[in-house]
Amino acid sequence: MIRLVPRAEPSTAWTIATPILAVLLTMIAGGLMFAALGKDPFESIRTIFWDPLFHPQFAGYSRPQLLVKAGPLILIAIGLSLGFRAGVWNIGAEGQYIVGALAGAGTALALYPLEAWWIFPLAVLIGALGGWAWAMIPALLKTRFRTNEILVSLLLVYVAEALLASMSLGLMRNPEGGGFPGSRNLARWEPTANAELIGGTGMHWGVLTAFLAVIAAYVLLTRHIRGFHLRLAGQSPRAARFAGVEPNRLVIFCLGVSGALAGLAGIFEVTGPAGQISIDFNVGYGFTAIIVAFLGRLHPVGILLAGLLMALTYIGGELAQLMLGLPAAAIQAFQGMLLFFLLAVDVLTNYRLRLGAVA
Amino acid sequence: MHRRTLLAATAALALGTGWAAAQDDPVKVGFIYVGPVGDGGWTYEHDQARQAVEEHFGDAVETVYQESVPEGADAERAITQMALGGADLIFTTSFGFMDPTMNVAERFPDVKFEHATGYKTAENVSNYGARFYEGRAVIGHIAGKMTETNKIGYIASFPIPEVIRGINASYIAAKKANPDVEFSVVWAYTWIDPAKEADAAQALIEQGADVILQHTDSTAPLALAEQAGNVIGFGQASDMAEYKPSPRVSSIIDNWAPYYIDRVQAVMDGTWESQSVWHGIDEGMVEIGEMTDAIPEDVRAEAQDIADQIAAGEYHPFTGPINRQDGTPWLAEGEVADDETLLGMDFYVEGLTGEIPN
Amino acid sequence: MSGIDPILLLAALMVGSTPILLAAIGELVVEKSGVLNLGVEGMMITGAICGFAVAVETGSPTLGFLGAAAGGAALALLFGVLTQFLLSNQVATGLALTLFGLGLSALIGQAYIGVRPPPTPRVDLGPLTDLPVVGRVIFGHDFMVYVSLALVVAVWWILRRTRAGLILRAVGENHDAAHALGYRVVLVRLAAILFGGACAGLGGAYLSLIRVPQWTEGMTAGAGWIALAIVVFSGWRPFGVLVGAYLFGGVSVLQLNLQAAGVAVPVELLSMSPYLITILVLVVMSSRSRTALGAPASLGKAFHATT
Repeated sequence: MIRLVPRAEPSTAWTIATPILAVLLTMIAGGLMFAALGKDPFESIRTIFWDPLFHPQFAGYSRPQLLVKAGPLILIAIGLSLGFRAGVWNIGAEGQYIVGALAGAGTALALYPLEAWWIFPLAVLIGALGGWAWAMIPALLKTRFRTNEILVSLLLVYVAEALLASMSLGLMRNPEGGGFPGSRNLARWEPTANAELIGGTGMHWGVLTAFLAVIAAYVLLTRHIRGFHLRLAGQSPRAARFAGVEPNRLVIFCLGVSGALAGLAGIFEVTGPAGQISIDFNVGYGFTAIIVAFLGRLHPVGILLAGLLMALTYIGGELAQLMLGLPAAAIQAFQGMLLFFLLAVDVLTNYRLRLGAVA
Repeated sequence: MHRRTLLAATAALALGTGWAAAQDDPVKVGFIYVGPVGDGGWTYEHDQARQAVEEHFGDAVETVYQESVPEGADAERAITQMALGGADLIFTTSFGFMDPTMNVAERFPDVKFEHATGYKTAENVSNYGARFYEGRAVIGHIAGKMTETNKIGYIASFPIPEVIRGINASYIAAKKANPDVEFSVVWAYTWIDPAKEADAAQALIEQGADVILQHTDSTAPLALAEQAGNVIGFGQASDMAEYKPSPRVSSIIDNWAPYYIDRVQAVMDGTWESQSVWHGIDEGMVEIGEMTDAIPEDVRAEAQDIADQIAAGEYHPFTGPINRQDGTPWLAEGEVADDETLLGMDFYVEGLTGEIPN
Repeated sequence: MSGIDPILLLAALMVGSTPILLAAIGELVVEKSGVLNLGVEGMMITGAICGFAVAVETGSPTLGFLGAAAGGAALALLFGVLTQFLLSNQVATGLALTLFGLGLSALIGQAYIGVRPPPTPRVDLGPLTDLPVVGRVIFGHDFMVYVSLALVVAVWWILRRTRAGLILRAVGENHDAAHALGYRVVLVRLAAILFGGACAGLGGAYLSLIRVPQWTEGMTAGAGWIALAIVVFSGWRPFGVLVGAYLFGGVSVLQLNLQAAGVAVPVELLSMSPYLITILVLVVMSSRSRTALGAPASLGKAFHATT
């Protein structure tokens, strides 16, 4: 019988090796699935993992798109990871993302057609505030009435979606859009356009902010007393209280930061890649970011890599649909497999395998 | 134009020229779908038409598609990748793909684009839509004739012109057939959510409706109608033939195949030109599914007659006198609604109760 | 309001809430054992298609529901192996399970679009159905409505009154202590996880076989997430789950009825109302109760026997 023996310290070698092992295992299992669907397994795997980066025809376009796709995931996941470390469960980043976009875009649209450079920074600020405010609802309910933040933050996603539909159809609807839903295009209006900072790289303000958030989170967690408190609160709430950590302030800090970052992701997306407020503006970044946060083991650098890997499977999956005619469902199942393997082999980092009877 | 689009355009052109050289191959036709091909409704019908294109042209075409593409940033990437992949003609089959389609079209002047249900065009972008309101007038007539409670329930999706137009068209036709008829509209705020549609149908039936019209894509309302016993409904988007002969007594089918075949042919012949079309029963884009025996014979004949007259251009479902909901005149006696007002329709006609949410 | 018949409304909400109730009562047991499985949506949709496929192939709705339970449990087993033996993170594994389940169900479902499943008969209780008021509300539903109610009572009874329930709660509150007492923590949890998967599968199949009945990709449309919220709402108590599911389902049905009756309330507000009212009720409840409505103490924490 195989049993697990905990390591004193997580193994550095396995920390690096496990993701590679997981990807290899996914290739085998996924390849089998693709073969069962009647597709060439080698070609399928190559299309998903290799082509977005190196295909002569597509890579020039899809490489920058990796950043576009990974940016919001990383930004939101960084915020969530702080709370998850401290045991504060914000499941509703999707809602904070929507409200951030609505608040920021609403501000900008109210100023239309004013031409001023400060509209974009203002919209970004209001966007962050919008996400923050939406996250303050579960935070205040939690600190005042001990209402569970998982339920409140999750249900507020649906409220935000209803709000989004209502705004796209009513208040924020493009008056020149012939009665069709959706706002003016903010990416095509100079004062709000969140264009690429360096052409052809996919690097827009949102991606840059995501990278800055990674660095800031790293500094916070390793160099700052607040980061220490976060980790302490997650590991031992009692010890944290002795160390003078005020639980309510921690809840407000964690939900506030994650809400603001989700709001930022929203406003950068609506002024850039998405371009407009529409009924289906949100595409699930807020939920996928939860996976990214845990895949990255709640560590800023891990989250950065996990975000890029998720983005790769999205774009590679799209290429596989396009070139090989794989159904979108197969790609979804494949992504699920990849996550299973990544999570499963993680055990090797913290445990040794030992053969023999249970002691 | 942004620096981003300029740079991308040069890159695309560089790639495009190399690709266009090898142009002896079949015409490559791409489709961007908003839902899964298994939704049984909107996307399913577009994919049926894609398969019809393949069948019609055989080896002369190659089709590719991408399903469940979210509107917005992901759509722009999906369309771009399709263009980079050498597609000659790309159909983007949802309203929300309009701006992404326009953006990509700007960068790929040699690729032809067809955007469904929007209003923008360009040198290489056409838009096409279906006059579903024609079909709704036909089933509205059947509904008005067949209701015994004089209460017709309407499950609407989102308050957009397309849906409002459908409510108005069927109401006008129903009212004409039966002056006592009343409409009760429920907004589901979704295009397809079977459970919610079932709840909505049940609420309407409990309010006394014995005819259910729907602008959402699942068969759930028909299942509820069947359970209730004496309630009828109509297929939406697809025929929903599995509920024949009753409760599904007829249907409005989205039939994109004739148009798609026509446009692919145009690309092959080199005669493709940008256009903006709104096809109806006449062109076969809107199809009235079989009217079953559950409809009395005279009503069937009348409904068929309405459909024929619409197809022949002899009758328009929006012919005056029609007032707006608040009683102000909209169309004078004999006046016919212009397309622009219909396309942007954001008001109820007189007689409908309730308010359009906005 | 005049046009809404409260009796019909009550009967409708019982039917409308059943999928959420089934999934939530299963998840309650899982969480009581100290495991947080966020993959309810994935297990529900897998149950929806497995049940649909089995019912269509065999012509028996009953076998369909068994197949749905098996399908949901099979997906849950995957979660169980990953989280209990390989100690993977529960939150992430659960979310991955949802992603996987949505994909897998769509693949299986390709052959079942536009197909009608065999009808599930209503339980015929003869003259009972004709009784005033209670006849419509209590009798005359399909058998799964009664199964869901029976499950709530059974779970309550087992958790409160039986040794098995005691062990389950002990494992969920303090797995180290339970282990020290000689209970097989991992096996208890695995059993709970499988039960949760089976219940979620039943909830999904209720949609695809009775409520709707058809197969459409993604047809659960977020019901699994609502089930998760309902477990939290309940304060981890079986009858709380019943109240929560009926409250949420009731407001959902009521808002559609209000629209159908032509009541002049903004539709946007109505469509948000199920979520807002659920939050509001929970706030009132949690601010009033002296003792915190506590989650099981070991919820979401991995267990590894060190001795």
